[in-house]
Amino acid sequence: MNAVLTARDLTRHYEISRGLFKGHATVRALNGVSFELDAGKTLAVVGESGCGKSTLARALTLIEEPTSGSLQIAGQEIAGAGKAERKQLRRDVQMVFQSPYASLNPRQKIGDQLAEPLAINTSLSRSERRERVQAMMQQVGLRPEHYQRYPHMFSGGQRQRIAIARAMMLNPKIVVADEPTSALDVSIQAQVLNLFMDLQEQFNTAYVFISHNLSVVQHVADQILVMYLGRPVEMGDAERIYSRPLHPYTQALLSATPTIHPDPAKPKIKIQGELPNPLDPPTGCAFHKRCPYATERCAVEVPELRLLDARQVACHHAEVINP
Amino acid sequence: MNTTTQPLRAEAPLAEPVALYPSPLKEFWQAFSRNKGAVGGLLFMLLVVFCALFAPWVAPHNPSEQYRDFLLTPPMWLEGGQAQFILGTDELGRDLLSRLIHGSRLSLLIGLSSVLLSLLPGILLGLVAGFFPRLLGPSIMRLMDIMLALPSLLLAVAIVAILGPGLNNTVFAIAIVHLPAYVRLTRAAVMGELNRDYVTAARLAGAGLPRLMFVTVLPNCMAPLIVQATMSFSSAILDAAALGFLGLGVQPPTPEWGTMLASARDYIERAWWVVSLPGLTILLSVLAINLMGDGLRDALDPKLKNAV
Repeated sequence: MNAVLTARDLTRHYEISRGLFKGHATVRALNGVSFELDAGKTLAVVGESGCGKSTLARALTLIEEPTSGSLQIAGQEIAGAGKAERKQLRRDVQMVFQSPYASLNPRQKIGDQLAEPLAINTSLSRSERRERVQAMMQQVGLRPEHYQRYPHMFSGGQRQRIAIARAMMLNPKIVVADEPTSALDVSIQAQVLNLFMDLQEQFNTAYVFISHNLSVVQHVADQILVMYLGRPVEMGDAERIYSRPLHPYTQALLSATPTIHPDPAKPKIKIQGELPNPLDPPTGCAFHKRCPYATERCAVEVPELRLLDARQVACHHAEVINP
Repeated sequence: MNTTTQPLRAEAPLAEPVALYPSPLKEFWQAFSRNKGAVGGLLFMLLVVFCALFAPWVAPHNPSEQYRDFLLTPPMWLEGGQAQFILGTDELGRDLLSRLIHGSRLSLLIGLSSVLLSLLPGILLGLVAGFFPRLLGPSIMRLMDIMLALPSLLLAVAIVAILGPGLNNTVFAIAIVHLPAYVRLTRAAVMGELNRDYVTAARLAGAGLPRLMFVTVLPNCMAPLIVQATMSFSSAILDAAALGFLGLGVQPPTPEWGTMLASARDYIERAWWVVSLPGLTILLSVLAINLMGDGLRDALDPKLKNAV
């Protein structure tokens, strides 16, 4: 067991005010997510907008405290960790953001931004920091003269490389990437993904890769976690899920991936409606209102994750649907 | 045809280390000097500062000496002007040029010190209000709202009345009156920036509160603050004049631009220069400072600098 990141039953609820006289409502943005991630592996978190992917990212990077549940980084529990321990743990989890335009400080030179994590967390001298930054810049494919430039002088792809370099500066154990390629055009996406994978090979970093783009996920993931309304609906080995999705929501997601030559034997599964209001989630299985296979049981009983065909599925009828 | 060889040539010096970049100061000057108006403003301000520093040697006369034979003498290029009094004399026969030169000392002092005295605490309070939006922020902002609710001159008069008249207290009163504008501007800018991803990234890198405030967020909030600071420079001079006029600020016969302007308005029909020349001096200084402020703002914005 060398799980570098372990989450157990992670939940994050938000109290929101609905106006002066209505009292508070609770949004269950994250509702019991558990997984283990080994060093050098990639876990992809997939789901449509509003399913809690970004909340998960914020919880994993310690930006926000989870409401309940346990989170262990390299075997060390987060809840109850002291200030100094927390600082140390924070070094181990870094993040790459969705928009490369907002994630770099417009008034700071690239070199200074890359050196900032080192300046804060290490006692390296100025010239040593500079050397480390230059080495990292070379690794992500930036030229040495970029050191003195400002973010606005770079293209989106280059900026995302800079953001990746910044995340890797402290050799973190885990990098959480929140839709790192969705703001880039397709040709650049491939380059950035390859960079991610090269760095993973080199530093043995574990990635939590959040995306709604299933073809990107297929390229990078070892494991997949499919989420719906804050709950995991299917989790397991990436190849297995891609070749034979068991949960109806996963099936619908996969069938929604555009292909150049669609297989006429496989009709597209269209799911009706929209993601339900998280303030007022449906009873029972959260997906039952949109599920083509829903029965009365689905409307009453919340399906638990159970082991089926070497992965975990949260569906009452998984066996029936997939004979 | 040339376009194909261009990139190759551009990449040739890449093997060299990055040591060839200009120092930050030189880089700043390059960006600043590209703005001609800003350089003009800077030159004018340097002249004024020079006059202020060396006033006793630059000024042709003693600013308080009254030449009783030459009351309200027009400037030398007008009919009846005297070569002795280049810009003419005021109602008491004092040389206007000398008074303007000596006046620059106090006026610059009032302008600069009151701007600094409100800018620095204003930025600090605004940052604190932006970073602690739950408890500290609202209480600071309500306090500022109370200060904004009072007419500014009335507040200044009240403060001077409490502290007692005099130059220091005048500056202090003007600084307090201008404080809420800075606090509000800073807080608004900070709240806009705090939600950006780069702030989160700095947090993840382990940046503490002072670093987040002053290194990460503040440089991105400077543009409106610089503009506000240059504009309030002029209103500080005029407020000081108003206080002086009420007998609460700088007392005559000490020369000061605002006081000169206020005390000479009775003669505007007979001797326009007594009012117009101090007014013109204030106008030009304010214009120069505004131009400088614009240049400063642009020079500090990396987006407006040319690619290195």
